[in-house]
Amino acid sequence: MRISTPKQLKELQKKFQDRDNKLAKKIIVCHGPGCLASGAEKIYQEFKKILSEKKITGITLEALKKTGCHGLCEKAPLVAIEPDKILYTHVKERHVVDIIEKTIKKNEIIPELLYVDPQTKEKIVRYPDIKFYSHQTRIALRNLGHINAADIDDYIRVGGYQGMVKAVTKMTPEAIIEEISKSGLRGRGGGGFPTGRKWATCRKVEDDTHYVICNGDEGDPGAFMDRAIMEGDPHSVLEGMIIAAFAVGARDGYIYVREEYPLAVINLQIAIEQAREYGLLGEQIMGTYFSFDIQINRGAGAFVCGESSALMKSVAGEVGEPRAKYIRSVVKGLYDKPTVLNNVETYANVPLIIEKGADWFTGIGVKKNSGTKAFSLVGKVRNTGLIEVPMGTTLREIIYDIGGGLIDGRPFKAVQTGGPSGGCLPDTMLDSPVDFDSLTKAGSMMGSGGMIVMDDRTCMVDVAKYFLSFLVSESCGKCNPCREGLYQLYKLAIKISEGRGEEGDLEKMEKLSDMIILGSLCGLGKSGPNPFLSTVRYFREEYLAHIRDKKCPAGVCRELIRFEINDKCDGCTACLMACAYNAITGSKKQPHVINQELCTHCGACVTVCTRNAIDVF
Amino acid sequence: MVNITINGKLVQAYEGEMLLAAIRRENIDIPALCHHEAVEPYGACRLCMVEITKNEWDGWKNHVTSCLYPVEEGLIVNTHTPTVIELRKTILDLFLASSPHSTVIKKLAAEYGITRTSYEEVPDSTDCILCGLCTRICDKMGFSAISAVGRGHGKEIAPPLKEPPPDCVGCLSCAYICPTHYIQFTDNGKERTIWGKKFKLLRCEKTGLPTITEEFAAYLIKHREIPEDYFKINDLSHRRELALKMGQITQWGREA
Repeated sequence: MRISTPKQLKELQKKFQDRDNKLAKKIIVCHGPGCLASGAEKIYQEFKKILSEKKITGITLEALKKTGCHGLCEKAPLVAIEPDKILYTHVKERHVVDIIEKTIKKNEIIPELLYVDPQTKEKIVRYPDIKFYSHQTRIALRNLGHINAADIDDYIRVGGYQGMVKAVTKMTPEAIIEEISKSGLRGRGGGGFPTGRKWATCRKVEDDTHYVICNGDEGDPGAFMDRAIMEGDPHSVLEGMIIAAFAVGARDGYIYVREEYPLAVINLQIAIEQAREYGLLGEQIMGTYFSFDIQINRGAGAFVCGESSALMKSVAGEVGEPRAKYIRSVVKGLYDKPTVLNNVETYANVPLIIEKGADWFTGIGVKKNSGTKAFSLVGKVRNTGLIEVPMGTTLREIIYDIGGGLIDGRPFKAVQTGGPSGGCLPDTMLDSPVDFDSLTKAGSMMGSGGMIVMDDRTCMVDVAKYFLSFLVSESCGKCNPCREGLYQLYKLAIKISEGRGEEGDLEKMEKLSDMIILGSLCGLGKSGPNPFLSTVRYFREEYLAHIRDKKCPAGVCRELIRFEINDKCDGCTACLMACAYNAITGSKKQPHVINQELCTHCGACVTVCTRNAIDVF
Repeated sequence: MVNITINGKLVQAYEGEMLLAAIRRENIDIPALCHHEAVEPYGACRLCMVEITKNEWDGWKNHVTSCLYPVEEGLIVNTHTPTVIELRKTILDLFLASSPHSTVIKKLAAEYGITRTSYEEVPDSTDCILCGLCTRICDKMGFSAISAVGRGHGKEIAPPLKEPPPDCVGCLSCAYICPTHYIQFTDNGKERTIWGKKFKLLRCEKTGLPTITEEFAAYLIKHREIPEDYFKINDLSHRRELALKMGQITQWGREA
């Protein structure tokens, strides 16, 4: 069936809504990456088995639905009961019968599956009441957890493709670009370039072919926002791309997804086929002369292929190396044709801006940084997961209100934003707002939206070392400052962490960093020294402790620490068993001793000790 | 023509050419290891970076690789500012750490006053500076027999699977273009070896001297519309034949 008029789409939406309203209860099993990893598929199958075997009045298989990421990955796997908005956490297969028998049949709540507020220890029934959800504003993630990603009808039911239909049938390309420019939407991939301006430049380039590309090559360690959108709401990305294609006059589009996201590839493929069936992709969309189709390109997982020019080379089948962008890719991009490249999250925002208008969008967030931003909140925080907040929300709100504070109530030390080439911000910056400009000013960056929270047991030299090692191996290796410069920076960081640091090393590293920034070819190299620069800016004392005192204050750098057993030891022998190097001696119920010559400072004993009997110096 | 200023001197440059060409025409010496007229500019070694600005940029300056930056009307270029020299020194210092035994690198670094690297020497260093000239010339010749392999600090130039490259014809373009003479080959007049692949050399039927490899001749005959018997004799014999013919022509002219 082809949809060719706005009226037809409205009728379809009405039909799907009616069908949905007939269901008294819906069981929603989250199929986000976190939940799938903790066994969501098994729970889904169990529900399916029981619902199809037993005849339960008022509930059929139709009520069972798998959706994209709910966000609260810490408590995975998650099951929600709609329309009551009940959220069950850490659900196991054995709970399935209970949920059907009690919650579905008798409207009873199962207390042990509820979310417990970390501060008040109160059990919360409805998920909108959980602070993790109540402090969020979801635009790009609007449909995650509500719709079945593999079903276009479900997307249409919640208002999908309305923006695109409005754009194609009622607006001119110029009007669309004007609306996007007015909304102040900035690239969500990290650069923060105004999307409207990008589209306008591309449209103005006179050429017979224009391309639209979606960057789904999310490569930052610990980031999964784009993954969640592509897996859980692929149609919103397609819709955004269709609007962009109509605005710049493109006939072909590409989605570049990394091969490591198999479910994203599958769901996008399904979505493209379904959109083609409804005539929303393909020839003469909505009965106009506008034709557009999308292909999926799978990347081999090179971090550098998230950089626009390297990505375009990779799409064209060449080695994914960036090129100098003295001529920008909106003018000369894929196959040397004008190309618009936007991030997954940017495209997901577009349909709503067109549908609800630029004024609605600018009403969210702060000046020059309108709208929201999705983050993957990870690290030593209680509620790890996927979140979306208005621009300008402070780090404190994100970490303490949404994230529920740090695990075990440990002191906060730093938060790393912007992925490997971002930076670490200390507690003095907790009240600074999260938006493109404030983060850059603070020495970090927005990046694609990874947010790693660190507690007092994290060594900043070690953090810098880790991210530098990532960048050294993920640099494309084309230009000298990035390939050799970052390598030397990494070697110097190792030197300091191993206690071989000398006076002047920090200054040498700073000078080298400046040269890498000045000399590198692409954005990866130019932001490569950030892990070092931001940590040395806020934690210089910690570096100096490593260099001058040969001490690691956080007790992380192996060469600089020493473990000793104190008098709290009751001789439980747990550490003795855990030590792989036979460095611990002692008999049962007698205090144990660590042989310093055999100890490799691996920390296994500290991990198993329940008495707090091992000190780190 | 476009007007640009290089180190304070107003010069004219051709439309569409790159800054480096205009700078070199002025006999200003700036190093560029990954640049060669035969292939497209690449911008990997970063040594040719210069400072650019324009009067209307309100004092804003940018640093660009001159091999890749097209000339623009009104561009003001400075090739030896303290920052640019500092950058070149750092890059040469880094090259000296990664290719400490290369005579080319050592000589260039010495010109900038660096005789020993201030960084840690890279273990298992080679003379390859990953300028990409060899792969670019190989692509341009139409073979694409070698390529950059891997990424990051472990990147190297190698044939597919590091086995003798099936597409290589032994033309030696890569070895001749290599700025640090890293790419090695052997040639004993009968046989040639490069990238671990052996080639038999054709011999001139007249002089008995070696010409090019069998594979290269076959490729040129097939793809470049060269007569099949062209490679039976070498260039010297071709010239001799031509000279003989020319002599005969003039002889006939005199007789007539």
